[in-house]
Amino acid sequence: MDKSYLSAENVSYAYPAREDEESFEVLHGVDLGIRKGEFVALLGHNGSGKSTLAKHFNALLLPAGGKVYVDGLDTMDESLKLEIRRRVGLVLQNPDNQLVASVVEEDVAFGPENLGVPPPEIRRRVDDALRAVGMYDYRLNAPYKLSGGQKQRVAIAGIIAMQPDCIVLDEPTAMLDPRGRTEVLDTIHSLNRGKGITIVLITHYMDEAVGADRVVVMDDGRILTQGTPREVFSQVRLLKAHQLDVPQATELVWRLRREGFDLPECALDTAECVAALEKLLPRPQKI
Amino acid sequence: MLSDITLGQYLPGRSLIHRMDPRVKLALTFAFIVFLFVASNFQGLALMVALMLVVLCLSGVPVSQYFKSLKAILFIVLFTAALNLFYGSGRRVWGWKFMQITDGGIGNAIFISVRIVCLILFSSVLTFTTSPTQLTDAMERIMKPLQVLHVKVHEIAMMMTIALRFVPTLLEETDRIMSAQKARGADMESGGLRQRVKSLIPVLIPLFVSSFRRAYDLAMAMECRCYHGGEGRTRMKQLHMTGLDAAAVAVAAVFCAGVVLCAALFPASLH
Amino acid sequence: MFVLETKDLTYVYGAGTPFHKTAVNRVSVGIERGEFLGIIGHTGSGKSTFIQTLNGLLRPTSGTVLLNGKDIWAEPKKIRSVRFRVGMVFQYPEHQLFEETVLKDICFGPGNMGLSAAQAEERARRAAKFVGLDDELLGKSPFELSGGQKRRAAIAGVIAMDPDVLVLDEPTAGLDPQGRDMLLEQISAYHRARGSTVILVSHSMEDIARFADRVLVMNEGRAVMLDKTKNVFARGRELEAMGLRVPQITSILLTLREKGYPVRPVLTVDEAVEELRPLLRKGGAHHAQ
Repeated sequence: MDKSYLSAENVSYAYPAREDEESFEVLHGVDLGIRKGEFVALLGHNGSGKSTLAKHFNALLLPAGGKVYVDGLDTMDESLKLEIRRRVGLVLQNPDNQLVASVVEEDVAFGPENLGVPPPEIRRRVDDALRAVGMYDYRLNAPYKLSGGQKQRVAIAGIIAMQPDCIVLDEPTAMLDPRGRTEVLDTIHSLNRGKGITIVLITHYMDEAVGADRVVVMDDGRILTQGTPREVFSQVRLLKAHQLDVPQATELVWRLRREGFDLPECALDTAECVAALEKLLPRPQKI
Repeated sequence: MLSDITLGQYLPGRSLIHRMDPRVKLALTFAFIVFLFVASNFQGLALMVALMLVVLCLSGVPVSQYFKSLKAILFIVLFTAALNLFYGSGRRVWGWKFMQITDGGIGNAIFISVRIVCLILFSSVLTFTTSPTQLTDAMERIMKPLQVLHVKVHEIAMMMTIALRFVPTLLEETDRIMSAQKARGADMESGGLRQRVKSLIPVLIPLFVSSFRRAYDLAMAMECRCYHGGEGRTRMKQLHMTGLDAAAVAVAAVFCAGVVLCAALFPASLH
Repeated sequence: MFVLETKDLTYVYGAGTPFHKTAVNRVSVGIERGEFLGIIGHTGSGKSTFIQTLNGLLRPTSGTVLLNGKDIWAEPKKIRSVRFRVGMVFQYPEHQLFEETVLKDICFGPGNMGLSAAQAEERARRAAKFVGLDDELLGKSPFELSGGQKRRAAIAGVIAMDPDVLVLDEPTAGLDPQGRDMLLEQISAYHRARGSTVILVSHSMEDIARFADRVLVMNEGRAVMLDKTKNVFARGRELEAMGLRVPQITSILLTLREKGYPVRPVLTVDEAVEELRPLLRKGGAHHAQ
């Protein structure tokens, strides 16, 4: 076993559609290693298997074939389940349906309470976790009065309070408005950079993947391609062939390149695109 | 808006009563209600009324709030009073055809009305000064001994906590579903009883379905946070009984003893 | 005459209580018949409240709402009839499904209109076709459908009322890019085929840029811009000051424009390519292919 913190080895899985999945969620022999401290984005459209794979990392699902290891622990081992879930937290899509208590700080305490942490220590962890997500001022509020982005941050705090090594987030921003999305993304980036927490972000938003260390694209239960955001998004033809989007900046540069203009292989955002175009455009007439 | 209705109407504060241990409050409230019925004469009842007034003053909750909670049961009180007024025994005080009011009836009516009012007010003090979370915590800890009888105390408390958490959320959702169905022409206002009940179906079914979905998601989220039942769980919020609680129990004991004494010394007031 | 018009429309929540909030503040807009109007605004800008006044779900605190020139609250008892002409699809509309079969659920709206069972069914089937729901799904329970199918069934339920105006509040919320594109294409096709007016409330600037003829921008309860899409997004910096973005492609060309390059505002990548190609050729950066 290599230096991967999370390791999926030839993982296969199949189960019949839940009432709101488009098709059978299936994984076909997936191999994926995630290193400690990495920020990995798992991209793909619905039915690609990305959510299914994510749920293997905290032993919520067990592989039908192959193995999944968390910090060397085999997820198939029933006795290690709680320890695995302490190390790998999972944040889900619906902000409301993750919060259990009627007061924010009590909800954040839920995880440590389950782990049998001594009460004074729980208090410390709850305060730290709420500060880390920027929700300390709301600790006595009721969840139903919070916005979607705030609720998700409280859910994340609830995970941090268990002091995990890794947080897996399954489309955490899918139900949020733009402000909520920014809040949540900023939070997870700061947790990754500031506290070194490994992040696995499952998403279908290209602009969220752009900020990752590594992007893994899944389709049809398999890994289609992976690499740095630049490496992945420059494969525009491949992505389009699988009905996947690229950022508009990337597409623009790709199209112009195809027409023969000497532009770099890949522009990931507005700034890069503007810079690349400026090199080729005739100097502007200053008014 | 609908979701601003808070259950039991907790009114945050820092009064002596607010600061008491919720277990003690719960137990005392229960005890007071029992002793309301132990009081068999006006002297004993007067002691309970005095106790009630002391508690109300110490609770720091405005009188207008207490009046509001009484308004809700006003009809019951008047109805019961009227019933007792006309069906007592003793010397006839007033009569008209087949109806008659006796002095016994008047006494009973007053006695029972006062009793009901005190009962409501004691309960109100409890809910005004104790948050729903504190109440469920207190109930869980008081019921703990029942675990010996295989009563799933922790699970029941967990269910109450989750239910409390979701009531406002479900109310909001009901609002939303009603708006969506009204936008499709649903008519929830008109028609007889049967019609109105039928018009609730497009609201209740989606609500049910969504609640099952919530339960499923929540169970998964709880498992992700290492929930495995009550075994080995600690609690961040600890309940501590202080001198305040001891004093409260002492005072309560004095009043209750007084009630029993009155019952022994004086004749009964109910006929 | 506008199909829908508001005059000094104001809606206040909790008037006279500590929770007083003016969600919609003297909004006067006219919506053209047959247009595809986009409404954008930050959360809390009042757009959700605003659209609910258009179909009479909310009664304005002051001001009027005119449907085809007539005040919809002139006869309050008949307000329900307005909802059949101004159909509204809420966010996550699949949460409103309740009937035993998909077909019955789609028939709910037409049924409430007083149509016969046969008429309602005919409308329902037509609506189902419009949103791309297969016939075989119509006999199933709505709860057996996938998420995407449920959403389309819910939208069909509103289209089946054959409203003159169709209002959609974030119809693509929670869908992946592929699902989003498919749904919007279907709505656009419906718009063209039926000729009805469509109002789309969305946070996705790219979607608005692609489909809307005009855009209404709301900010803090007020209508601050109402203009052709291109003109609205050309004022990118103003939108950003309100906490809104513009489509990435628009932002790219706006940035170039600000630096002095002679480019016009664009809404799509296609337009950007057209706009840049001649300039790049002039820049001498073209290599023979």
